[in-house]
Amino acid sequence: MTTPRTDRSPWNWLLLLPIAIPLIPALFNAVEPRLFGIPLFYWLQLSFVLVSVAATLVVYHMTRRAR
Amino acid sequence: MTTEIVIFTVLFLIVSGMGFVASRWRRPDDIASLHEWGLGGRNFGSWITWFLVGGDLYTAYTFVAVPALLFGAGATGFFAVPYTVIVYPLVMIVLIRLWSVSHVHGLVTPADFVRARFGSPTLALLVAITGIVATMPYIALQLVGIEAVLKTMGVTGDLPLIIAFAILAAYTYQSGLRAPALIAFVKDALIYVVILVAVIYIPTQLGGWGSIFDAAQAKFDKTPAATDGILLNANNQLQYVTLALGSALALFLYPHSVTGVLASKNRDVIKRNMSALPAYSVLLGLIALLGYMAIAAGVTPIGTDVNTVVPQLFDKMFPDWFAGVAFAAVGIGALVPAAIMSIAAANLFTRNIYREYIKRDATDAQQASASKIASLVVKVGAVLFILLIDPQFSIDLQLIGGVIILQTLPSVALGLFTRWFHRAGLIAGWIAGMGAGVLMLYNIANPATNHAHFGSSAFALSKLGLDTKMTIYAGFLALAVNLIVALLGTVIAKSAKVADGPDATRTDDYTADQGDPRVHDLEVSSST
Repeated sequence: MTTPRTDRSPWNWLLLLPIAIPLIPALFNAVEPRLFGIPLFYWLQLSFVLVSVAATLVVYHMTRRAR
Repeated sequence: MTTEIVIFTVLFLIVSGMGFVASRWRRPDDIASLHEWGLGGRNFGSWITWFLVGGDLYTAYTFVAVPALLFGAGATGFFAVPYTVIVYPLVMIVLIRLWSVSHVHGLVTPADFVRARFGSPTLALLVAITGIVATMPYIALQLVGIEAVLKTMGVTGDLPLIIAFAILAAYTYQSGLRAPALIAFVKDALIYVVILVAVIYIPTQLGGWGSIFDAAQAKFDKTPAATDGILLNANNQLQYVTLALGSALALFLYPHSVTGVLASKNRDVIKRNMSALPAYSVLLGLIALLGYMAIAAGVTPIGTDVNTVVPQLFDKMFPDWFAGVAFAAVGIGALVPAAIMSIAAANLFTRNIYREYIKRDATDAQQASASKIASLVVKVGAVLFILLIDPQFSIDLQLIGGVIILQTLPSVALGLFTRWFHRAGLIAGWIAGMGAGVLMLYNIANPATNHAHFGSSAFALSKLGLDTKMTIYAGFLALAVNLIVALLGTVIAKSAKVADGPDATRTDDYTADQGDPRVHDLEVSSST
């Protein structure tokens, strides 16, 4: 057996970003600026999906095990 | 109307046929084991897992209830979006560890894990019962989704609902987890098409997005309630945030979510899905906005059933044939989660009650057949629930379900990272959190629906003597109580040298992966 495996990685801290951002209403609780007539509250929260996808993708690639 | 009913029925029957054929899909050698019937052979790759878990988490009820929330109260209903954004980064590492330890020890349910980790059949029983109780009303609510569609098509009476569920029960019995996995493809394809058409076509008919939001704002300005509006106010922001976070923490504690995850073939499949599943969150956000479109289109719910606003909107805006497709999407959307939930509840019964307390030496075939029967019982129970008792009761119960399933977090989720907690502390914490949660919910009234108790999950902090109008998610407070008691209980139990249960797991069990000698793939183990 080689060195013991672990799920620890500094990259995991990146996952805190998409968890924390959507939980700060001060960032998105406003009507202006609108996007295609949609208030900020709605389009910005939807776009947080991209932050989540980016963070999980980076962590996945950086913590992949060589086989 | 007739066109809608014909298209709905045809699509429904095609999908039911697929459910029966599914037992031959990916040819199991022998379906008479829980790993085959209940977990589909534990061999699902990225795509199937994506459809299965997506079809499982984003249910028909969600699709009618979330827009109904926005229709009624505005911005607070949009919590579903941050909730489903934060959930994946939150659970990524938790789930891969659960996958590993489950595959090393042949675990099927969250309660199985607790049994192995803390060596306490009592704690495992509590976790299993919590899971079953939280899941039952969830299944019943899927029927509420079908019912809303049937009502809009003018179909009345209980018979259609009973037939739909009888078909569902029959093919789940026959095919197990393979049936919803296969049907999920059709369900999702239909839903994606319907929603994309809806969010592109309907706004053009209503004068654009700007006027849709203006109409919603105008409606909320006219109501006396201070909590509605297209933005949050100072008093409901804390509720919004804690509800999103609390719901995210709860989601993967539900046994049916775990079922979908354990059916995947390795850790990478789960990790990749954490990046792919948010596609459904975008869809959910768009669906939520249907509630505002319904306001702008002047849709009124049938009777007092606010869940009918989305079907009513489709009926009003779409040509008959496409409305039929849309209704079928919702109806079939109810079948996938209902099937997975009943399988998950049945697995809990078999593994943690039947095998633990009734028949200790049950063979694999006996376990599979106990599960099949239990899944039938669960579904019959759900139908009776809806038919005999006011559906509002199921909605109340589902609200409670979210709060009580959170109380398994210390043993299941924290247990995956640390063995520090003492089983006595965890049991005490569970009792305290459960009591606090139910007590808080009982004391929340909802004047709008004339409910004295279980009115919503927003608990007023003023009830604790704080001088504020702010509200907080009751489940969040209950979890805090649970954690504090579990912490204190553990310290006390350890200093009093109370006997702790044996831990059947090893540190490296939590990082094992497909191909490791200790990870049994399809082998049916009778360990633990």
